[in-house]
Amino acid sequence: MNTNSTGFLLFMVNCVLTNNFIFSKFLGCCPFLGVSGKVETAASMGLAVTFVMTIASLFTYMVNAWVLIPLQLPFMQTIAFILVIAALVQFVEMFLKKASPSLYGALGIYLPLITTNCAVLGVATLNVTQQLDLIHSVMNGAFSALGFLLAIVLMAGVRERLESSKIPACMKGFPISLVTAGLMAMAFLGFNGLFSR
Amino acid sequence: MTTILYAGAVLGVLGIVFGLVLNFAGKKFHVEVDERIEKVRACLGGANCGACGYPGCDGFAEAVVRGDAKPNGCAPAGEKGAAEIARIMGVEAQSTERLVARVLCQGRDGIAISRYNYDGYRSCIVAAGIAGGPKSCRFACIGLGDCMDHCAFGAISMVGGLAHIDEKKCAGCGACAENCPRGAIRMLPVSQSVVVRCRNRDTAREARAVCMNACIGCGRCKRECTYDAITIQDGCAHIDPAKCTRCGACEKVCPCRCITNASAQPEGQAAV
Repeated sequence: MNTNSTGFLLFMVNCVLTNNFIFSKFLGCCPFLGVSGKVETAASMGLAVTFVMTIASLFTYMVNAWVLIPLQLPFMQTIAFILVIAALVQFVEMFLKKASPSLYGALGIYLPLITTNCAVLGVATLNVTQQLDLIHSVMNGAFSALGFLLAIVLMAGVRERLESSKIPACMKGFPISLVTAGLMAMAFLGFNGLFSR
Repeated sequence: MTTILYAGAVLGVLGIVFGLVLNFAGKKFHVEVDERIEKVRACLGGANCGACGYPGCDGFAEAVVRGDAKPNGCAPAGEKGAAEIARIMGVEAQSTERLVARVLCQGRDGIAISRYNYDGYRSCIVAAGIAGGPKSCRFACIGLGDCMDHCAFGAISMVGGLAHIDEKKCAGCGACAENCPRGAIRMLPVSQSVVVRCRNRDTAREARAVCMNACIGCGRCKRECTYDAITIQDGCAHIDPAKCTRCGACEKVCPCRCITNASAQPEGQAAV
């Protein structure tokens, strides 16, 4: 039990911090820069991505293990996964439109863009290449997405501060955001040494 | 062969299953949207220019249906669009004359005196920051095309260091006027063909020193006008569109040729 929970903890820390999707795998950078203007919207976007990534991991695992592999169609992974993700995003969009129109408006174009968010397809493909089982696939999806959530919320916090700070005109807007992202990526690189003894 | 069939079948079945689920979800999470929003949206310019003050055309359409915005609030939709929206909303349309952007400057290269050769970043607002811009006249069109960049309708071109507005394409959104660092573009009624194309408020001597087509405020147009439509304010003539009959008498007597009559001359080719 003890080793099991330690393994679980290690897996979680690995997904959220060490192998953070944005800062070490560089997946999902589009919404990371696009929707990180306000902490509130960033958190909502992160939660939407979390939901989609978790469910997408589950469904893509099922599609892959129960349909594609038995039929010897592993080359169909990409197109089948995209189909699953697109359907999921449509579902989330409908749900949000009903449940929270203001959030729906705030996320705007980035919500349908989750479909083409490489982080979502990335986690689905990585689950397959790392040969994770069902539980670990879903966990990988959920924790990686939480890493994304963490990154985007941190970034939004920094950018909110940047709004009110004095920045040279040539660095205003995206340049300073990209520099910030680079510095944050370097900071996250430090987590690499967390478990090596 | 069977692999291909399986591949097609798998995608087909997956597609149908997801389609059915989404169809069900679509009914379950259906949101009642006022159908007038869609109809109003269809009448608008569709460029999301933001001239109405709402976030995009969707925002304006919603505001119209809510009753917050007037049917004629969309300049690009024009009178026709306003009438159509009014019909959808069941209210009387207030007729508004279409506004078009007009450049109040004729200081082309060679007409306005150049102070230095500007070879930097092609932006008026940047050039304006360098010793007040390359043209000597501090009211002149800088001619580096900030307005052109902001025009969502492709109505603006740069001819001889001066913005030229195609009034047929101009939708009257006013984005160019807002983004001109000199304020050299003004929104005027489309029928107001007689325009004082100068804003120089300096004295006659100073104005004449920097531009051959500058208004010197001599008042000949004012004396010539039989409708009392022209006033001289701060050394520059102003035409009141409400009083002006577009007779063009002022244009003929202007010694500086800074008054133009668009109905008499093709736009942008005022006499030099």
